[in-house]
Amino acid sequence: MTEIVWRFDVEGNNFELAGHASQQTKSRLKQIGVNNDIIRKVIIAMYEGEINMVIHANGGVATVTVQPNLITVVLADTGKGIENVELAMKEGYSTATTEIRELGFGAGMGLPNMKKYSDDMTIDTTVGEGTTITMKFKI
Amino acid sequence: MADKFRSIVFDQSRCLGCTHCMRKCPTQAIRVRDGKAYVNYDRCISCGNCVRACPSHAITTRFDTFDILNGYKYKVALMPSVFYAQFPHINEPELVLNSLHNIGFDYVFEVARAADMLSLLKREMFIIGDVKTPVISTVCPACVELILTKYQCLRDNLIDDLPPLLLSAKMARDEVKKLTGLKDKDIGVFYLSPCPAKVRAIKSGSYSQTGDLNGAIAVSEVVKKLNLVDIKDVVIKDEIKASQMGIAWSTSGGEASNLPNIRQLAADGIDNVVSILRELEDGKLSDIDFVELHACPGGCVGGVFNVVNTFVAKSKIHSLRRTVLQNKTNTTDKIDKPISYYKIPWKWQTTDLYTLDKKLPVALQKMADVEKILKKLPRKDCGICGSPTCRALAEDIVQGKATESMCLVNRYFDENNKTD
Ligand SMILES: Nc1ncnc2c1ncn2[C@@H]1O[C@H](COP(=O)(O)OP(=O)(O)O)[C@@H](O)[C@H]1O
Ligand SMILES: [Mg+2]
Repeated sequence: MTEIVWRFDVEGNNFELAGHASQQTKSRLKQIGVNNDIIRKVIIAMYEGEINMVIHANGGVATVTVQPNLITVVLADTGKGIENVELAMKEGYSTATTEIRELGFGAGMGLPNMKKYSDDMTIDTTVGEGTTITMKFKI
Repeated sequence: MADKFRSIVFDQSRCLGCTHCMRKCPTQAIRVRDGKAYVNYDRCISCGNCVRACPSHAITTRFDTFDILNGYKYKVALMPSVFYAQFPHINEPELVLNSLHNIGFDYVFEVARAADMLSLLKREMFIIGDVKTPVISTVCPACVELILTKYQCLRDNLIDDLPPLLLSAKMARDEVKKLTGLKDKDIGVFYLSPCPAKVRAIKSGSYSQTGDLNGAIAVSEVVKKLNLVDIKDVVIKDEIKASQMGIAWSTSGGEASNLPNIRQLAADGIDNVVSILRELEDGKLSDIDFVELHACPGGCVGGVFNVVNTFVAKSKIHSLRRTVLQNKTNTTDKIDKPISYYKIPWKWQTTDLYTLDKKLPVALQKMADVEKILKKLPRKDCGICGSPTCRALAEDIVQGKATESMCLVNRYFDENNKTD
């Protein structure tokens, strides 16, 4: 089965570059002819995950795999991990600092949006070791 | 789509294959093959960037000639406000307006009068608030075409009012019919165009759909013809009817400036337009209510058919509004027709020109092939192969339109390695 994989390094704490991986992914998904509504969901969810790696995890790697009927986005980092996943999933919950909030991030809507826009999401996290979030989108 | 009027044509005999145009094309519509530039007309939005970029004047433009007037009993000129700025007589704009009577036009209609009506309507629209924001202006047909072919998800954000050019054609026809009793077929309505994009839209694009327009002549042609007439001796029959408000539309930000309480954004120059469209597509500008876009730098004053420099023209329009017409803040025209009169009678149609294949699995395979080829290319985006970027070359190869051997950089290294 045809499958294509894009891998993007996401730099920690670099707000200039934040969002670059999802931008690249967007224009390539368009070229493949993925439906605009699906692209939108993928990109919003991926953007949130990318930003989380930038602000909470000192960076990581975003991997996008496209198959004829499925898009899988994996966001893997070796950051501090999420202590209480249930709490982190709550709308509005955020541990972001005031400085980060002043930059316009840290509204606590990232994880809830990722869950909302993906068809399936799993969070694999260990405190002190890192976090891997896998999101699946049906095409 | 197939029979798009070509308002921009490459003169192969002059083309040096230098790739300047290819680098400036916002839709990657140009390729250089065997030393000559070629255009993919499906992708061309007639923005005129290549015309500006060509150092050897090999890119020519097409529009109607004055002969087209002969086919009609009664000839109407639709005069855009930029036309005023083409002459030294900015303090006597009536001279410019009426000069058109001396070169074969029976009636002159200011496009700014339609812009006036549209400014008023837009204010009402935002007061009522029943719109999908951000509302995107359709004043520039090059931008509209770009949206419909590349940023399709923004289609429903396009304003459903007639663009000023089309509304002015409609208003002019109605006025002339009332005045003369003539039938539609006897009346020829011609736009004096500052740009190839409007010519194309009138000749074959969406703007031809209303049937109100019969042709488009380049502003430069009209100015040339008028040079033979001494403007000073023109008899003043018509006064200027448009207000400052409508005249403002000819410069970037002018249309938006008529909406004082609305969160607005105006971008001009096609590269800036592209970056705004990308942000709009991502939903990043959801706090903006109105977006005005112009492919030409500075707005319509920057069109390639104008004879006067963009910034000089801009300054002239400014003084026309602020000095000559300083008391004319409101229009004498009224919105006296049902709202439907001012609306486009069609739905904007999108087409997709950028996917690698119509079938997703095939497109996916092609994308995988593109990535594979791209890994072998130097990623310098030098353009010497005749495709604008390494990625574009990889796509061309996958589509069967180019070969890997066209990359001169790789060839250079291959040959040098052989000799080692
Ligand atoms: N990749 C990550 N690594 C460590 N902590 C994370 C990560 N992603 C999210 N978190 C934690 O989960 C919280 C909620 O995330 P989110 O819903 O995206 O809100 P926000 O990013 O606005 O704080 C964050 O404040 C942070 O404490
Ligand atoms: Mg977040």
